[in-house]
Amino acid sequence: MKYWFIILSLSILVVSCSKDENETSEDAYEPIPFALQIPEVFQQKLPSPLIPVSNPLTNEGVALGKKLFFDRILSANNSLACVSCHAPQKAFSDDRVLSLGVNGQPGSRHSMPLFNLAWNLDEKFFWDGHKFSLELQALEPVTQANELGNISWEDVEEKLQNHPEYPNLFNRAFGTATITKELVVKAIAQFERTLISGNSKFDQFTLGQVSLSPQEQNGLDVFMDETRGDCFHCHGNPNNPLWTDNKFHNNGLDATFSDLGLGGVTGDSNDDGKFKSPSLRNLQYTAPYMHDGRFATLDEVIDHYSEGLVNSPTIDPLMKKVDQGGVQLSAQDRADLKAFLLTLSDPEFVNNPAFQNQ
Amino acid sequence: MKLIKFFAFIFIGLGVLSCAEDNDDATPFVPTNVTTPMTSVDFKLSNDFDGTLVDNTNFTTLTLTNENGEVLRAERIRYLISKLELTSVETGTVYKLKDYNLLDISDETTYNFTSDIQIPLGNYKLSMVWGFNEEDNVDGVYVDLNAASWGWPQGLGGGYHFLQFDGKYNVDTASPMPFNFHNGTAKNAAGEFEQNFVTFAFDTDILIAGNTEIELKMNIAELFRNPNTWDLNVLDTPLMPNYTAQKMMQQNVASVFSIGTISNN
Repeated sequence: MKYWFIILSLSILVVSCSKDENETSEDAYEPIPFALQIPEVFQQKLPSPLIPVSNPLTNEGVALGKKLFFDRILSANNSLACVSCHAPQKAFSDDRVLSLGVNGQPGSRHSMPLFNLAWNLDEKFFWDGHKFSLELQALEPVTQANELGNISWEDVEEKLQNHPEYPNLFNRAFGTATITKELVVKAIAQFERTLISGNSKFDQFTLGQVSLSPQEQNGLDVFMDETRGDCFHCHGNPNNPLWTDNKFHNNGLDATFSDLGLGGVTGDSNDDGKFKSPSLRNLQYTAPYMHDGRFATLDEVIDHYSEGLVNSPTIDPLMKKVDQGGVQLSAQDRADLKAFLLTLSDPEFVNNPAFQNQ
Repeated sequence: MKLIKFFAFIFIGLGVLSCAEDNDDATPFVPTNVTTPMTSVDFKLSNDFDGTLVDNTNFTTLTLTNENGEVLRAERIRYLISKLELTSVETGTVYKLKDYNLLDISDETTYNFTSDIQIPLGNYKLSMVWGFNEEDNVDGVYVDLNAASWGWPQGLGGGYHFLQFDGKYNVDTASPMPFNFHNGTAKNAAGEFEQNFVTFAFDTDILIAGNTEIELKMNIAELFRNPNTWDLNVLDTPLMPNYTAQKMMQQNVASVFSIGTISNN
């Protein structure tokens, strides 16, 4: 009986002192934290980027995410990758009105540009905000028929598992060579969070490094003037260098809606026709514009707000003078507004070697 | 047998020591003098339109009638209050509880907040500022407000919005019209900027007895009537650069807030 007590005590002691099974074993590779470079303007003006505790950035995770982003292995017939519809030279958007999937069929909405996603603080992704978190967003295209076209994620997991390199890369990034969809999207999300655009001409102007031309300055004034453009309520301002509010608005495109947008997500008819305000950064590279890519040029976009607004029950009250078709900007103000908007484009971002397939 | 017992106890004793938390760096326990009990204070913002509760569940569907008779529907209501302070009735000490809070009617998590500090139990009077006062209304310095696109154009004095109330009026007709009832710094005819905040100093004695929640009530209808009866057909949009409209808003804001229920549970 006494021996039994001693053995029991020792057993409890050994168990209590042993390592948690979930802890990394001593010889496991420890990924290196990724040093995210925050642009100076963002450091001055914005909160810290939103990085989930459950998916911290690491060098290995980001590198793996980049490899996956560019790899056609994620598509059903190995013909497309994420980058096929989110090209670096297009600020990670697509110059097609609607991107084509593996079956050659178009999707239903224009490809969204990808940058500064870690500052989407509401974490609602897609044009209609139907996915909460970047990780969940990345899950969807892989099994969409008009996108990467897989029947199931299991097929993708199996291909990656049988790949000569991926199991080791996952092991280095996440401590396991067992590849799951959850880890795939974690890696992709890590890479996407590094896609930071913060070195446009206007950023340099904010930092006092360059001047705006008189035309660009007037364009900024039009942008910030409630009696003229009044763009800033939805699209940021010099103190919100995201150049979006990341909210959802009906901006007067249609009288009725074939695509309900946010209303299709919430089920609330008051949300019909509302789509996320896209950032105005990098407009030089992201044509065509709007959720359905209906406008081929920036001039068409400006003309829409100036004289092309279409009334509907859910049109945003910020769409002024809708009864007159819009804010009726002069030709000079339109040209100047365009000149200002183009100062928000960031050539360093679209040419950043870290974001290219090399 | 005794030897086995001896080694077992030694082994267990070492094991317990080795598993115990290392407290070398822990702050040593120092008995403190018993002082006045302290507590944090919770705030709850309630919004109504002449008694009809307005919140995230109904603000876009309620049909409201203002003093001038326009029937309106809200689309977006956000407002900023700042400098929430409690002043002790007994000692006159001022406690700065919260720098600011941006309420977004669509987000119920913004209705409630807790003081940043703890204060002694006692009797107090509450004061706060509508928007930011001149000292605090510094352009671009609040990163969370920047990200919320809450800025006020530099051409109108900069700083931040105090109120953004967007909606449509004459919704009972075939031609609803938009309104943008936005409040912030006022720019006068000479191009000078006038601060447009409102300081509230409530007379109500507030007993802070622990786990206290103070309800602040905003009657949105007051924005349209007291002392200026607001005619949306005349003043709908744009109002930000309209000096007269901005000063009328400042006057009307003065009666929108009251203290509601104070609970000590």
